[in-house]
Amino acid sequence: MNQAVKGTIKAKHQRLVLLVVALVVLIGAALLAAWALRNQASYFYVPAEIVAKPPEPGRGVRLGGMVAKGSLRTEADGVTIAFAVEDGKASVPVRFRGIVPSLFVEGSGVVAEGHMGADGTFVADNLLAKHDENYVPREMKDMSREQAEQVMRETK
Amino acid sequence: MIAELGLAALWLAAALAGLQLVAGALALTPRGATLAGIVRPVAAVQGALALIAFACLVAVFATTDLSVKLVAMNSHSLKPLIFKIAGTWGNHEGSMLLWVTVMGVAGGFVALIEKRLPEPMLLATLAGQAFVSLGFYAFLLIASNPFERLFPVPEEGNGLNPLLQDLGLAFHPPTLYLGYVGLSVAFSFAIGALVTRQVGPAFARAMRPWVLGAWIFLTVGITAGSYWAYYELGWGGWWFWDPVENASLMPWLAATALLHSVSVLAARDALRAWTVMLGVVAFSMSMIGTFLVRSGILTSVHAFAVDPERGSFILALLAINIGGALTLFALRAGTVTEGERFAPVSREGALVFNNVMLSAILGIVLFGTLYPLVAEAMGAKVSVGPPYFNPMGALFAVPMLVVLAVGPMLRWRRDSFGRIGKTLVIPAMLVAAGMIAMVAIGGVGVLPTLGFALALGLGWASVLPLKDRNLRRTPLPIWGMVIAHFGIAVSLFGMSCESAFSVEKLVAVKLGEVTAVGPWQVKLDAVEPMAGPNWTALEARLLVRYGDHGKVVQIDPQSRSFWAPPQQTSESALLTRWNGQLYAVLGGEADAKNGASRWQLRLWWKPFVTLIWLGGLLIALGGVLALVGRVASDLRRIFARDKIAYRRVRMAQLDSGQEGERP
Repeated sequence: MNQAVKGTIKAKHQRLVLLVVALVVLIGAALLAAWALRNQASYFYVPAEIVAKPPEPGRGVRLGGMVAKGSLRTEADGVTIAFAVEDGKASVPVRFRGIVPSLFVEGSGVVAEGHMGADGTFVADNLLAKHDENYVPREMKDMSREQAEQVMRETK
Repeated sequence: MIAELGLAALWLAAALAGLQLVAGALALTPRGATLAGIVRPVAAVQGALALIAFACLVAVFATTDLSVKLVAMNSHSLKPLIFKIAGTWGNHEGSMLLWVTVMGVAGGFVALIEKRLPEPMLLATLAGQAFVSLGFYAFLLIASNPFERLFPVPEEGNGLNPLLQDLGLAFHPPTLYLGYVGLSVAFSFAIGALVTRQVGPAFARAMRPWVLGAWIFLTVGITAGSYWAYYELGWGGWWFWDPVENASLMPWLAATALLHSVSVLAARDALRAWTVMLGVVAFSMSMIGTFLVRSGILTSVHAFAVDPERGSFILALLAINIGGALTLFALRAGTVTEGERFAPVSREGALVFNNVMLSAILGIVLFGTLYPLVAEAMGAKVSVGPPYFNPMGALFAVPMLVVLAVGPMLRWRRDSFGRIGKTLVIPAMLVAAGMIAMVAIGGVGVLPTLGFALALGLGWASVLPLKDRNLRRTPLPIWGMVIAHFGIAVSLFGMSCESAFSVEKLVAVKLGEVTAVGPWQVKLDAVEPMAGPNWTALEARLLVRYGDHGKVVQIDPQSRSFWAPPQQTSESALLTRWNGQLYAVLGGEADAKNGASRWQLRLWWKPFVTLIWLGGLLIALGGVLALVGRVASDLRRIFARDKIAYRRVRMAQLDSGQEGERP
C-alpha cells in the first residue's frame, strides 16, 4: 500500500489492492514455510536405516526402536545414561543426559530426539516413551506387529 | 437404564437437528414460510436433549457403571469423584458428545435470545448450525457411540491416564471446546449472512459476542494447557509446538483476526467479505484441530484411540463443511458489496495489516503441523519443531507487534503518522533501550532480544489510548483492548526473559548435599515414600534458599507411581517469587557404586516465567471486559427500544381513549 494510492482509489480498486496485498503476503509466507520446512524438518530413522546411511553429524533427527535388554547403564555422574536402541536388525548406542521419562525401561519402545555424534553414538536431547495404555509412538507401527505387541505387553 | 436414556436423548436430538435443518432451509423459500415458526423452538429443544444425553454420560461415569463400555475402558472405581466426572470427556466418545452438547446448547441459546437480526438470516444461521451438528451427531451415533454396553461386565475398569488426573487438566478440554464451538456459531452466522446476502454491521454486532466469547475461552484454554504442560510434564518448557498445541493455537489466531475484523465491520462497515471469510476459516481451524487431535493421526496424550474409520469420518465431515462453506463463499462473495473505504494509514489500515500478519502466522503454523502428515503419506517420516516455528513465526509476529503498538492510536478512516509521532517517542526509546541492554548482557539469542525490546515498547504503548481520557467514563471495550494488548506485552516479556535467562542444572546428589542453581542454594534433605488414593510416591524434601541470606523454604517434588493403569509421573515442585520460579523435578535413584545412594534432581531457575501465563490471563480479562461492555450496551439498547415502543403504545391508547370518551 503506497502513499500514491491513498485517497484517489475507487471502491473497486481498494478491494483489489487489499486482495493483492493479502495474497502476496500469504503466498510469500507459504513459500518461506516450504523452504524452511525442507531445511528444518527432522527425519525419523530406525536403527537399521541409521546404521546403513547415517545423517550428517549435528543434524536434528529422531531415532525410534526398542531399548535393548541389558544395555542400560548409568554413568558415574549419576545423570547420564547409555543404552542401545535396536529394531531386530541393527543396534545403535545412545547417550542421554537427563531424567528418563516414565515407563522408560529395558525392552520398552522409545523415540529419541537428537543427533548423531562424530563417534557413531546417538546423542539424545529428549526421550519419548509410551504415554499410556492407548499409546505407542506412531513410529513403532512400522516395526513388525509382533514386536509392537511385545512392546505393548511388556510396558503395560 | 441411564445409558439407554442418554442414547435415546441423543437420537432424538439428532432427529431434531435434521428437522431444524430442513425447516430452516424450507422456511427461506416462499412456499415453506409457515415452517419458520418451529425453527427456534426445535433448536432450543435440541440443545436441551443434547444436554440430557451428556448429563446421562456424566451420571454413568460418576457411578462407575462398568457395564458401559466407555466407562470400563476409561474409568476405575478407585478414582476420586472429580476425576471420574472429568473422565467423561477424557476420552474420544465423551469428548465428541461434549462437542455436540455445547454446539446444541449454543444453537438453542441463539434461537432464544437473538432478536436483532432479520428473521431470514437467523433461520439460515440456525439451519447452518443444524447442518454442522448433524454431521457430528452422525459421527457419534454411527462411529463412536458413547453409551455402548459391554457384556460380560468387567470387574474393574482400565483407569484414566494418570497424566490426566490433574484438576487443571480436568477443565482444560471443556474450556477449549467452548471456544471451538463458539466459533461454530460465528461460522453459522457467516453462512446465514452469505445465504441471505446481508453482510453488514447488524450481522457483525450479532456475531461479535460469540467471537469474543469463543476467543476468551480459547485464550484461557491455551494458557491453562501451556501451564499444565509446564508443571505436569516435568520438562520445564511452556510451549513445545506439539501438533496438539498447534491445534488450539490455529483457531485462536483465526479468532483473533476475526475479532478485529468484526469490530471494523461493526463500527465502520468495511471488510465485509474478509470478515465472512475469516468466520469460515476460524471454524475450519477448529475442525482441523479436532481432526488432528481426535483422529488418532497424531501420537500424543490427546489421541485417544487409533481407529481409521473415525479418522476418515472426521475427515469427510471436515471436507463437507469446509468445502461447502468455501463454495458458498466463492459463489456469493461477488455479491457482497464493497464496504466503506479507508486510507492505508488509519485504524482500519492497521487492523488489516495485523489481520494479514495473523493469517500468515496461521499459515506458517498450519503448514508446519500438516507437513509431517503429508510427508508421511509420501513415505518419509519427519517431525517439525521449534527450529522451524520460532523464526518463521517471529518473521510475521514482529511487524505485527510493531503495528499493534501504533494501531490503537490511529483514527478511523484517515490519519497521519505526523499526528501521533510524538506519543511514540517513549515506546521507541524503550525498544532501543531494551535492545541495547540485551546486547550489553551478551549471549542472548536474536528472538529473545527482539521479544524483550518489543515487550517494553508495547507495554508502554498499549496504555497510551487511555491518555487524555476520563478514566471513569472510558467505555469498557476500550479498557478491554488496553488490558488485552498490555497482556500481550506482559506475556512476551515473560517468554523473552525465560528464553534468555533460564538456568538449568541436572545433578545426582546424596542426602544432605547442597547444589546451586542460579541464585538458589538447594539441599536434598530427605527422600521418603508417600501414598495417595490411587498412587504411591517417593517424595524428596528440598530445603532451598534464595541468595545468601534468604529464608529457607521447603519444597517437595514427587515421583508418583499409579497402579491403575500402571504408570509413573513426576510431580514437579514449584516455588514462585515475584521475579520468577524455581522448578524442581525428582528423578530416579542413580545406582552409585561407592557408598550412599544418590538421587537425580533436575532444577531450573526461570526468571519472570510466570508472566507468560499472567499475560495470557490479562488477555482473556481484556476479552471479558470487552464482552461485558458490548453485551451491556446491547441490553441497554434492547430495553430502550422496548421502553420507547411501550410509550408509543400507551400514547396511542391514551389518544384513542380520549377520543372514545368524547361525546
